[in-house]
Amino acid sequence: MLLVLEQALNGLQYGVMLFLMAAGLTLVFGIMNLVNLAHGSLYMVGAYLATALARWTGSFVLGGLLALPATLLVGVVVEVVALRTLYERDHLDQVLATFGLILFFNELVAIVWGRAAIYTSLPPSLSGSFMLLPGLRYPTYRALVIGVGVAAAVFLYVLVTSTRLGMLIRAGASNRTMVAALGVNIRWLYTLVFGLGAALAGLAGLMAGPIYAVQPGMGEQILIQVFVVIIIGGIGSIRGAVAGALVVGMVDTLGRAFLRPTLSTIVSPAAADKAGPALASMLIYLMMAAVLFFRPQGLFPTRGR
Amino acid sequence: MLARRDGERDLEDTVRTIIRAVLVGLLTSLVAVGPASAEAVKIGFITSLSGPAGIIGKHMKDSVELALDHLGRKVGGLDVELIYGDDQQKPDVGKQVADEMLKKHKVHFVSGIIWSNVMLAVAPVVTREKVFMIGTNAGPHQLAGKDCSEYFFTTSWQNDQTPEAMGKYMADQGLTDVYIMAPNYAAGKDMLSGFKRYFKGRIVAEVYTQVNQPDYQAEISQIRAANPKAVFVFYPGAMGIQFVKQYAQAGLREQIPVYSVYTIDEVTLPALKEAALGNWETRYWSPDLNNEANTKYVSDFRKKYGYTPSFYGAQSYDGIMLIDSAVRAVRGDLANKAGMITAMRKADYKSTRGPYKYNVNHFPIENFYLLRTVRTPDGEFAMQIQKTVFESHKDAYAKECGMKW
Repeated sequence: MLLVLEQALNGLQYGVMLFLMAAGLTLVFGIMNLVNLAHGSLYMVGAYLATALARWTGSFVLGGLLALPATLLVGVVVEVVALRTLYERDHLDQVLATFGLILFFNELVAIVWGRAAIYTSLPPSLSGSFMLLPGLRYPTYRALVIGVGVAAAVFLYVLVTSTRLGMLIRAGASNRTMVAALGVNIRWLYTLVFGLGAALAGLAGLMAGPIYAVQPGMGEQILIQVFVVIIIGGIGSIRGAVAGALVVGMVDTLGRAFLRPTLSTIVSPAAADKAGPALASMLIYLMMAAVLFFRPQGLFPTRGR
Repeated sequence: MLARRDGERDLEDTVRTIIRAVLVGLLTSLVAVGPASAEAVKIGFITSLSGPAGIIGKHMKDSVELALDHLGRKVGGLDVELIYGDDQQKPDVGKQVADEMLKKHKVHFVSGIIWSNVMLAVAPVVTREKVFMIGTNAGPHQLAGKDCSEYFFTTSWQNDQTPEAMGKYMADQGLTDVYIMAPNYAAGKDMLSGFKRYFKGRIVAEVYTQVNQPDYQAEISQIRAANPKAVFVFYPGAMGIQFVKQYAQAGLREQIPVYSVYTIDEVTLPALKEAALGNWETRYWSPDLNNEANTKYVSDFRKKYGYTPSFYGAQSYDGIMLIDSAVRAVRGDLANKAGMITAMRKADYKSTRGPYKYNVNHFPIENFYLLRTVRTPDGEFAMQIQKTVFESHKDAYAKECGMKW
């Protein structure tokens, strides 16, 4: 039973990470109607900047705090320089251009920091594990990731539901033309939303740094799951991103942990050994296919489209 | 434009072949022949140059270039043309790259390849055209057994061999209740079956994870719950960095030791450092292996590139040296494929692992060592040979290979 609880925590932690990525991606897609494949690159940039700044300042926390505005700045520059011209183009052009950005950022990072994975470390206070319940030890850093992720989700919720900016974001997701017609500077709103999305991706990246290998191309490994999340949740919807991320995080983690043992009680252990890992890695895609079939607009679609 | 140039080259090649045949016919009756032609040796080198495995590709490419430096930019006395190809760690892309090398560049040798699934897609395409495939990493069991070919050689190992050495060492230590894990692809399966061939103790669970999976926390929680005496893993490249880091953060490092193959090496160690200190690996090569060729390779590599080479590099360096020995033996007559096969079977070159022999399936019969991560006096982290586990170890599949020589 404790093991199920522990795996649920793992699923929550993975879901939180996916949410931070998905929130930015879904906002940009929903409001700006822009397919941004380079979202994973911003995640990578966040991880690299946090690692470099932590080394420079000598403090893990300070590095993280500085990396956030730095990634936001990178996002704003990318939007102003490259993406602004793409809003009126069709999705295929956007996919091509942002794929180009992926290559650009991967090479840039390889030139600046080298092709090898770089060394990331945690302060001793975060690197161990602690007793969560009797008999259940949990890595301190993973617990911190859950905490920060939930805080970011709450912040986003408040921002979107109870501020003027949030109102504009929601309005932009529902009907862009009307927002522009009401005299809102839509260009300014776009830059802001993209910067916010970049900062969230950067936050996911800087938290991923100490757990994953920080190296060129790390963004593409998580990007596919993030797309699954926003398709399941409903494109453009923050609520959908929360739900989708948690569902994908839980299903993937629990599937990896328990599918094979469960299967072996139904079919022969040998068959379970063969089918288990393959099926576990397919689960989230099967789920996405089911959502697309029964509810193509996603679980929590934005209204008015 | 390209097509026309190819056509011209075809015609040129045909004419050249006819002239050469006539000349050779005339000359052989008169005097001993020199090199049959002055054409360049073309070598296509396929590895992963982009994506997360790009760093492994860099180790290999840098080593190929160093080998060419050592040979004075000639292979077997002939000029050399190297064409690098990026397989992106995908079998279909690897096959396309190989096709292009064969058809467009008309290479004499294809070399390289990190991943077993890519190798299984590429090797048959190359050997079918009677072009040499010189593997410098992946050693899937199919190519060592029933699918062996006289045009396939490798300077590395058969996948099962290295985990066999670790299985033997762990069995000798009297360990039992071991939890074993690998990514779910061709090599992962070979690695675990090799381990089980020599490890006779109890295996708690055999777990396969997704290739390039970044997060192992779910699996690590399962390990903690199963509470085995030891863990054995095969996680090459970035997968290894992620697994080992996360295992340490989960606080399991002090409780359940991890033994591994191809997980902690000169590619991953700079990113792991103390998270890998004291860990055990088995391998056929190490930078501290003491022989003339290896000392030269390692010191010149460090001098030229400023980092420590890995086994991926040593194998690729050896690959070029093996090709050099073959071309030298036939005095540059690249049409004499039988002669080159005979030459390569002798492994007559200065290998970085020291002298070795080829088995009937063209896989090396070589030593395997136990390695440990240590901290060197200057504060760096390095792999060091502790002892020899197997001497002149043969792979388990050679008897399924029909070649006789």
